[in-house]
Amino acid sequence: MSILLDQSTKVLVQGITGRDGSFHARQMIDYGTTVVGGVTPGKGGQTLHGVPVFNSVKDGVAATGAEASVIYVPAKFAPAAIMEAADAGLRLIVAITEGIPTLDMLKVYHEVRRRGITLIGPNCPGLISPGKAKIGIMPGSIHRPGRVGVISRSGTLTYEIVYALTNLGIGQSTCVGIGGDPIVGTGPMDLLPLFEQDPDTDAVVLVGEIGGDEEERTAEFIRQHIKKPVYAFIVGHTAPEGKRMGHAGAIVSGGSGTAGSKIKAFAHAGVPVANTIDELAEITRIGLAGLR
Amino acid sequence: MKIHEYQAKQLFKDAGIPVPAGALAETPEAAATIASELGGVVAVKAQVHVGGRGKAGGIKVVRSPEEARAAAQAIIGMDIKGSKVNKVWVEKGSSIAREAYLGITLDRSNRSILFIASAAGGIDIEEVAAHTPEKIIRFHTFDTTFPEAEARAAAGKLFEDEAHAGPALEIMRKLFDLFVVKDASLAEINPLVLTGEGQVVALDGKLNFDDNALFRQPDIEALRDMAEENPNEIEAKAKGLSFVQLEGDIGCMVNGAGLAMATMDMVKLYGGQPANFLDVGGSSNPEKVINAFKLILSSGTIKAVLINIFGGITRCDDIARGILESFKQIDISVPVVVRLTGTNAEEGLRLLEGSNLIPAQTFAEAVRKVILAAGGTVVEAHS
Repeated sequence: MSILLDQSTKVLVQGITGRDGSFHARQMIDYGTTVVGGVTPGKGGQTLHGVPVFNSVKDGVAATGAEASVIYVPAKFAPAAIMEAADAGLRLIVAITEGIPTLDMLKVYHEVRRRGITLIGPNCPGLISPGKAKIGIMPGSIHRPGRVGVISRSGTLTYEIVYALTNLGIGQSTCVGIGGDPIVGTGPMDLLPLFEQDPDTDAVVLVGEIGGDEEERTAEFIRQHIKKPVYAFIVGHTAPEGKRMGHAGAIVSGGSGTAGSKIKAFAHAGVPVANTIDELAEITRIGLAGLR
Repeated sequence: MKIHEYQAKQLFKDAGIPVPAGALAETPEAAATIASELGGVVAVKAQVHVGGRGKAGGIKVVRSPEEARAAAQAIIGMDIKGSKVNKVWVEKGSSIAREAYLGITLDRSNRSILFIASAAGGIDIEEVAAHTPEKIIRFHTFDTTFPEAEARAAAGKLFEDEAHAGPALEIMRKLFDLFVVKDASLAEINPLVLTGEGQVVALDGKLNFDDNALFRQPDIEALRDMAEENPNEIEAKAKGLSFVQLEGDIGCMVNGAGLAMATMDMVKLYGGQPANFLDVGGSSNPEKVINAFKLILSSGTIKAVLINIFGGITRCDDIARGILESFKQIDISVPVVVRLTGTNAEEGLRLLEGSNLIPAQTFAEAVRKVILAAGGTVVEAHS
């Protein structure tokens, strides 16, 4: 098993005729994802990569029974695209788009949560259940099917960590890039219970960044609710205060959101925190060996 | 994005929030003229983005145009925490009966807009929050609707007299509207004062804005003060790169913000000093690599450069072409360590064969090699 996504999940690609949307639709199909169609207003009726293009998500859902979508539309139009997917009744929406204004996401966040929809992102690489399906932009080849869940705010850093795990022979059940913005649809505390309940996940690797207090709260959540082992890694030790480190969410302000505070919180929750990516993969390997 | 106090006060004024009368001066003479027009006691205030101006001597209260001239003379050109003062705001003095605090910001922890208010405002508000948290009133709104009832109750706690609580409530409403309409990330009035004449006035103000929303806030973008920004960071933004200047000597060129941070951390962990954060972004045309090299090399004393690329959307062969082109176009005299993994890595590495670059297979190897190339000593970090 895996969480949120497998080979049976029917996926629509919003923005499929754009440069990124088209490229990644192809990649997803090649990986094994059940892409049932794409959406680009005004281009309904066309066919791309062997799948139909629809004018709206609603049309796409009616024709294909799609249950998920991935969004590759520009920031200006992305909030409306997310709401269109929500209105069409999708249960899983993955927003890859970066640069969406925070106040737009504030409205979208509460609306999709109220309706019980899982929104991953925005500003994220998406998610992958290795060997089954992927929704997003991550390179499929570095992954390997297995029993470790991965949760991360980052894109390429997640690839680096997955690659390190794969190189040690540690496969993954599902890897979720939750996004680097201050407000993202799904956080670690939403995903950890899913991994906890997934019979095919034995442990979770959690990658955090400076900024905010999500890691601190997640540490406390783990202490109270999660029995499976969690291994953590935090980036941003060297980030100066008040400077945004690329991700809108990665900023240390007023002394809060520092790497030190997050590491301390994880230590208090009994979650080992690795110093390097290699060490993260190594402690995960040793931990898993201990479970057997 | 940050703006100056005088710009925030102009936005407050436009929104109908009372502020003291004042004007901007770039010379001591102009400050004296403004002081003479305002008459009586005036405050001369350094306009820089950093906090703690008062404690650094950047704010002076004076009683005559001559004193205003002298104060401006002392303040203009002053260095406050690395920011040079170019302008002062000269403002009519206020008699202060009470100092309160009002702030509006995004609360990531519960995805809300958070109001923070306190009857104990002023420069020691952080102390108040740390030692007497019961004096801080906090309430939220989960959309962009003004939380009327909570705001009314809070205004009543800031100023017991309804004659003052009413105006305070209106200020809260207007500050919130400004926050929402202008896509602010922080809107703060500290202190919000009750004057001896019974007026409620914003005596100091701070507004920060959401960088992601600047595309629809051209009037806010126009308030950007280039003198307050690192020219390399501005240059980077224009070129589609994300760049932050640090103080070390090892230049870093990485794709992705998370990996860029991890690379800086690793350099430091192994005993080196990163010179910058630089994310070349997703789809990498060779031009971006050239611009990235120029930025890195123009910033301080670089001893070596580390290029760490994990190809996903980014193709390693594109990066390799960019590196080769950079060596043709720019004088790169420092050692460059390159580590390419992921999409088209083999092709990228093949392109780089025969060049002077120092190749590395893994992240850790790349970091060790760049520290040695910079003349440093590798500290083995494993616990």
